[in-house]
Amino acid sequence: MMTDFILFPLKSLRAHRLRTLLTVTGIAVGIAAVIMLTSIGEGLHRFVISEFTQFGTNIIGINPGKAQTRGGPPVGIFGSVRPLTLEDATALKRIPYVESINPSFSGNAQIKANGKSRRVMVNGAGPEFPQAFHMNVATGRFLPPDEYQNARAFAVLGYKAWEELYGKTNPLGTRIRVGGNRYTVVGVMASKGQVLGFDLDDTVFIPAARALELFNRDSLMEIDVIYDPDVPSGKVVEEISRMLAARHGRDDFTITPQEKMLDVLGSVLDVLTFAVAAIGGISLVVGGVGILTIMTISVAERTGEIGLLRAVGAKQSQILSLFLAEATLLSGLGGMAGLVFGFSMLQGLHAAFPALPVHTPWPYAVFAEIIAVSIGLIAGVMPARRAARLDPVEALRAE
Amino acid sequence: MIRLENIRKKFTVGDQVVAALKDISLDVKAGEYLSIMGPSGSGKSTLLNLIGLLDRPTSGTYAFDGMDVTRLSDDEQAAVRREKIGFVFQFFHLIPRLSARENVELPMMLAGIAGEERKARSSRLLSDLGLDERGQHRPEQLSGGQRQRVAIARATVMNPRILLADEPTGNLDRVSGMDVIALLEKLNLEGMTLILVTHDPEIGKRANRQVLMLDGEIESDKT
Repeated sequence: MMTDFILFPLKSLRAHRLRTLLTVTGIAVGIAAVIMLTSIGEGLHRFVISEFTQFGTNIIGINPGKAQTRGGPPVGIFGSVRPLTLEDATALKRIPYVESINPSFSGNAQIKANGKSRRVMVNGAGPEFPQAFHMNVATGRFLPPDEYQNARAFAVLGYKAWEELYGKTNPLGTRIRVGGNRYTVVGVMASKGQVLGFDLDDTVFIPAARALELFNRDSLMEIDVIYDPDVPSGKVVEEISRMLAARHGRDDFTITPQEKMLDVLGSVLDVLTFAVAAIGGISLVVGGVGILTIMTISVAERTGEIGLLRAVGAKQSQILSLFLAEATLLSGLGGMAGLVFGFSMLQGLHAAFPALPVHTPWPYAVFAEIIAVSIGLIAGVMPARRAARLDPVEALRAE
Repeated sequence: MIRLENIRKKFTVGDQVVAALKDISLDVKAGEYLSIMGPSGSGKSTLLNLIGLLDRPTSGTYAFDGMDVTRLSDDEQAAVRREKIGFVFQFFHLIPRLSARENVELPMMLAGIAGEERKARSSRLLSDLGLDERGQHRPEQLSGGQRQRVAIARATVMNPRILLADEPTGNLDRVSGMDVIALLEKLNLEGMTLILVTHDPEIGKRANRQVLMLDGEIESDKT
């Protein structure tokens, strides 16, 4: 009878309420610690990753210059780095699997509209910018699909810039001055909020060619390539690399697939989560030692009872099961109490600090419970075996 | 039913070997009422433990119901104890945290008998012993005599072939001691073999057959 082998140990746990409570608490604290620490670790993990992936993961960034150290003195002001140009961006469109391209250049400039002026981030972008970065236009439309070099003087306002300059009135068709030039407003972006500290709403978008002109530069800051997510990034990187090398005559650019960055970031964060889980694990081990202690005492105290059970026909394996079940119950109850305790602590933490990213990875919680039960089993083995191996005659004499 | 032949039992105490039983041969027939008497250290409890399969002889053979039980494995011996042997101890050996009824049900629990049948059998037994009202009481709430009656109920709940009682009155006053003896004798009359270990000659003399032990040997065996 399976239930007897749970009820019987349960009764002996009930007979020592305080002792049981304290032992259970030991395990509960361990489990709660594991759950809380991993939840915070995992929450952090998710927070960082989501900040990085809100633009999608199938992005490859291309920057001018090679991020590496070369021997010898610099060649001079006409160094080896050739500019990353709009022509490069146009050429990249021909690469297979490329879905959209965005050339970008940004800087700060004064803008004037509606009789007000404001210093904002000026983003030089291509017409495919909204698709590339999953950003939406709130009113009007984004920059029209002109050729990069001959883009017309249209501008799209960031949400905050629009609010500040126009006070939420309709800006479409009005004129705006960016630097010294006039642009026609064709749209307003939906609010995006801050991403890693950058306010994406206090901006104005103008064609990349005009931004280069405004800041008097000939190289883009970055070209972003969005490719078919079903295609491995390596293949696309290879194509880009080949084409740019051919165009520039040398390897003077840096290609960074976001996928790769995320992999590195993810593994770093995984180590972090694991490390905090291990710290919680130490308290679980302490709880396990508590169970071992209590079970050893319990077996010593109940020697006479063990002798009696043997006399009325208990097999060694039955004695073993009874004591193992008792240890496992202790840890299992501790595990459940820890789950409840840890989870309510997290809820409290979340209520007190809403900004703190918390996420309970349920597999971890289940894993922690399994660990708790296993700790009980392991801690119970030694005392239970001692109980099972007692000589019945000696044991009966104990009382 | 019980046939002991040339049983010896030796203990090692420190570096000394002590012979607790020296060449014991004993036949007990089914339904017999036998008392084993003798001073302490004479080996009577050791003999009872051997008969009850709690201990193994150093040499000799022991046949229980025609079966050589000395060669059984530990688990097989446990099964024989559970099904065929009932023990009654001087100190009752009730589990303090369990109710009287739960104590009675223990052997049935270990035998894997279902809860309802356990309840039925323990209730019947407890009411036979006049412990109807005491089923839910824990041992500490019972008198010594009641405790020993609960222990006897536990010993007989599996309908064993033999009842082994080791100083069953040793921890009781005279009146409840005699009650317990009367109960054991009643069970014997109903057909259960009874072996009673005691150092009280007055109780020992009541048995149909009296075995006197001295220094690990059977001194006399009177019927």
